[in-house]
Amino acid sequence: MRPAAYISQSLEIAVALAAAPLFLGWVNQCRAWLANRSAPSVLLPYRNIRKLFHKDAVLAENASALFRIAPYVVFGTMVVAAGIIPSLSGRLPLVAAADAIALVGLFGTARVFLSLAAMDVGTAFGTLGARREMMVGFLAEPALLMVIFVASLISATTALPAISAHLAGARLVIDPSLAFTAVAFTLVLLAENARIPVDNPATHLELTMIHEAMLLEYSARHLALMEWAAALRLFNYACIGFALFVPWGIAAGNVGPLGLTLAIPILALKLAVAGAGLALIETLSAKLRIMRAPEFLATAFLFAVLGLLVHVLLGGP
Amino acid sequence: MTPLPLNQQLLNACAALLLLLSFAMLSQRRIVSLVNLFAVQGAVIAATTLLVAWRTGETHLYFSAALTLALKVAFLPWLLHRLIRRLEVRWDTEPLLDISGTMLAGIVIVVFAFGLAEPITHLASTSMRNAIGIAVAVVLLAFLMMITRRKAMSQVIGFLSMENGLFFGAMSATYGMPMIVELGVALDVLVAVLVLGVFFFQIREQFDSLDLHHLERLGERR
Amino acid sequence: MTASLPPPFADPLTDCLVLVAAWLVIGVAGLAAPRSVRYAGRALFALGALVGIALAAAAALSLLGGVTQTRILPIGLPDLPFHLRLDALSSVFLVLLGASAAGVSLFSAGYFRESDGMAPGLLCLQYHLFLASMALVLLADDAYAFMVGWELMALSSYFLVTTQHRIPEIRSAGFLYLVMAHVGALAILLAFGILQGGSWQFTFDAMRAAHLSHAWAAAAFLLAMLGFGAKAGLVPLHVWLPEAHPAAPSPVSALLSGVMLKTAVYGMLRVTFDLLGHPAWWWGLVPLAAGLLTALYGVVFAAVQTDMKRLLAYSSIENVGLLFTGFGLSVVFFGVGMPALAALALLATLYHSLSHAAMKSLLFLGTGSVLHATGQRNLGRLGGLIHRMPWVAALTLVGALALAGLPPLNGFVSEWLLLQSFLFADRIPRSFVNLLIPLGAAVVALCAALAGYVMVKFYGVIFLGQPRESSLAQAHDCGLLERLGLGWLALLCLALGLAPVQVVSALAPVTRQLVGSAVPQPAASWWLLAPVPGRAVSYAPLVLLLAGAAVILLTMLLVRLFYHRRVRRARPWDCGFGEVTPRMQDTAEGFGQPIRNIFQSFFAIERELPTPFDAAPRYRIAISDRMWRGLYQPISGWVRRLADAAAILQRGRIATYLLYGFATLVVLLAVVLAT
Repeated sequence: MRPAAYISQSLEIAVALAAAPLFLGWVNQCRAWLANRSAPSVLLPYRNIRKLFHKDAVLAENASALFRIAPYVVFGTMVVAAGIIPSLSGRLPLVAAADAIALVGLFGTARVFLSLAAMDVGTAFGTLGARREMMVGFLAEPALLMVIFVASLISATTALPAISAHLAGARLVIDPSLAFTAVAFTLVLLAENARIPVDNPATHLELTMIHEAMLLEYSARHLALMEWAAALRLFNYACIGFALFVPWGIAAGNVGPLGLTLAIPILALKLAVAGAGLALIETLSAKLRIMRAPEFLATAFLFAVLGLLVHVLLGGP
Repeated sequence: MTPLPLNQQLLNACAALLLLLSFAMLSQRRIVSLVNLFAVQGAVIAATTLLVAWRTGETHLYFSAALTLALKVAFLPWLLHRLIRRLEVRWDTEPLLDISGTMLAGIVIVVFAFGLAEPITHLASTSMRNAIGIAVAVVLLAFLMMITRRKAMSQVIGFLSMENGLFFGAMSATYGMPMIVELGVALDVLVAVLVLGVFFFQIREQFDSLDLHHLERLGERR
Repeated sequence: MTASLPPPFADPLTDCLVLVAAWLVIGVAGLAAPRSVRYAGRALFALGALVGIALAAAAALSLLGGVTQTRILPIGLPDLPFHLRLDALSSVFLVLLGASAAGVSLFSAGYFRESDGMAPGLLCLQYHLFLASMALVLLADDAYAFMVGWELMALSSYFLVTTQHRIPEIRSAGFLYLVMAHVGALAILLAFGILQGGSWQFTFDAMRAAHLSHAWAAAAFLLAMLGFGAKAGLVPLHVWLPEAHPAAPSPVSALLSGVMLKTAVYGMLRVTFDLLGHPAWWWGLVPLAAGLLTALYGVVFAAVQTDMKRLLAYSSIENVGLLFTGFGLSVVFFGVGMPALAALALLATLYHSLSHAAMKSLLFLGTGSVLHATGQRNLGRLGGLIHRMPWVAALTLVGALALAGLPPLNGFVSEWLLLQSFLFADRIPRSFVNLLIPLGAAVVALCAALAGYVMVKFYGVIFLGQPRESSLAQAHDCGLLERLGLGWLALLCLALGLAPVQVVSALAPVTRQLVGSAVPQPAASWWLLAPVPGRAVSYAPLVLLLAGAAVILLTMLLVRLFYHRRVRRARPWDCGFGEVTPRMQDTAEGFGQPIRNIFQSFFAIERELPTPFDAAPRYRIAISDRMWRGLYQPISGWVRRLADAAAILQRGRIATYLLYGFATLVVLLAVVLAT
């Protein structure tokens, strides 16, 4: 009994670590196709990370210990988060330690460390990035929390696997509030992962950056960890989305190794579709001016709140 | 809590979708997208009518659905798009209240609407009682949109969306109005839009803009 | 004194009283050599810290022992003795007082210097009087003792706030504090007046027994809300707090924010659940709404502050808001007959009281160290202190992360509990209310996220980056005693964050006493917090921390093993821009700018923008509270006009005054005649 649960837990984390850069590569490839460019290899993120690990780290003269620890903390947080999001299996021992609210808290921890590290060297772009990141975060985090809150109200628990099992298992119950939260979640996903309407992952124009601006002072292994963590964050968000809105195909209960191996292609399919959809959204929308970003996120937050309202109104007994 | 029957759930989902669309319209700056959203709203209304028709077996509702589809999904959006092209008003200017403020006011309105609809909900016997609150909310939200926009075009869309809300409310309370009333209302809407379209050209000719704050000058001239 | 002690474990009330008396003795002893920093500043404060730890231990024993003790002390007026009582509720708050005071006193022992205004001996007296009066408030079992303690608390803290009384701003801050404290005290007094219910007995026992009509009970509740709300800093009664807390020396600020605000929460809990007993559910809406408003208001203002202590003071307002939110929610749950959920919400409130006491004291003490090392309170003149003050920086980071509500620290536990109790709000069997209350969770979530913003600003601007002034190069780390004080509080934060199960089970007697129900806790698991009745919901910070630490260590190890650990130091890259000067970093204003724009309608903003042709351009922005102009200035205007009207009576002639006396006498005699 127990060993099986630990195996599925380890498998899940391993899949997340391995698949996250691939997912990022896939999104980039789709974007290139949609923009009628010749696409880079899907494996480019791996090569990039490997290259960075081999390089010598260059640190700013006045970088403190916090600056050196932060990449490890951010990466570690994302790995733990991957361990509590049901992507393949619903049987995750770690979920007892951290439910969905704690998951939002974990993302918050990563964000705070990232921003603090960005402020550490004391450059203009670093603090600018930190400020903007926190601005995005303080609206995106409650929006995500409200999305999860609605899902928790529907399924009467805050443990993510239980939520997704409930949503998948209910006898074709359509909860109208999920329409609202799905919109809100999509907006949050775009904002939190530095995707286009809010930030541009491909930009190198300093004044428009958010995420890149925070990483400017990082190099080599530290940068590699940060990049990997960013890929993991995107992967994690995608998996949260699957757990809430397309919860079918996650191995639940005692399905054994067969169920787990079956869950992998299903996850791959979902990721492929989600990545293409993400690329489509990014291609179709224009980047917002930074002053518009709060409006975008406030919309996300309010949609999530509306979802809550609609659930209480329509979904009540 | 026993799960509701399927078509009931579908109706609830449609109601929620309508509300979602109302908020999407509230937060949309581009007039072209506004027209598209209006068309989708019409489609959801038509789908709801079909669902109710299928459930109750009342034939006049099928006609009503067909009418909605023809008028609100096809003809009016086409007309509005044409108007937009001819008038070249693709963007609304800065709304009077910023989007987040409008949305916040919208949430307050939703809460108010549900409080308002609650006593009616107990009276109504139809299977769509819960939707009455949403219908009231859609009407009020459309009103809010008309208040906060400057361009005449978006106000017309707000007006049409208000009519959608009323229609939906009538359906959820009493399974729709008698056919003759519905036909009359449809005709009214059609005529209103045509007349307003003529007005737009007149306004623009007079002021070189569709921005309604120019109308404020009218008072001073007297 | 020690010789007459009874066996200490049998009689915690006596222990507490002896310890409180010890604080008083220490305070008075300060007068023996009031000018000596070494004696009054060092030795006595360290002794006070020991007493604090002992008090916390005694109260904890009483809490675990589950006994309620009462005693009558013949102090005061002949027929009005002090009734004292030590029950679960007062024990918890005594633990809070003792444990926080221990850290603060330890820090103070290393903190106070010659030049801090008031003589150390006097400071020692006021400080310990303040501690003892707070203990008296918590122990009181009649309105008389309560009000004596309450007023002593207000007065002694007033003198502490005005330690540097030569600065006019501090004097006016102190005056404002005193006025608000007395308005509050008046409301509390009136509340007690109603609570006695015609028996004219002012013991709490008589109040528990009194039967009040619904209207009177509601009036008492609202008056108590007013009185305790003024002490706690609920909007719109909060204006004194951001003035008074920063004005005081940092250890005193720590006590004011960390401990004294909680006495208001204590008072509210005592009056509502204990003295009134059967709160109606709709009463809870008042603290709920006020709490949510206060939380949002406080955190938004905290985000735009430029003075580090004011920032923390506004953050205290936010946390008080969260405390009252939880309290209101528990009243609503209790009123509609859901005691298990009431216990959950109450637990969140109590937990957050403890958490906030530890983390806010820690941060205020940290600002004290920074202030001593640099002489700067303005965030715009600090920066880069992590290199100069590694101890303070490291320990303050714990407090900042905790206050930001991040797992696995303590701020997150209470936030988690509060959100869990909001998850049940749609079950409240009152239409419309069950619609509105879940929306409160959205406000709580927003506040929690904004608290993260505030803490990044606070920590990042003070400790990270480059020093913004050249004088900061002389800054030095704090001394050993200060480190110990900070360390103790950081340890409390960690303990509260990592051992929630133990804390929750220790708090069970309190919720049982107040709402007659406790949060269930499966006995088997000492590491898994699963407090929600009937739901498989759990949180285990220790496991989370271990998992995170394991991943981090493993990553470090693997990176070292497979690659290398070479590091080169170079000038900051900054996208290749040439010179990087400290002025290029965000100032406090800069970092708060997004919040200022988004929540513009909250503030009254005065801006001075330079023209493009200005040779020496200066940018100035002043942000003030709309409440001042909207509420307080009209009120003070009315008071002034009323006073002017009354001044007509004052003619300055002896004969007129004699005439008043004569007229009064005649009227009174006439009344006597008539009756």
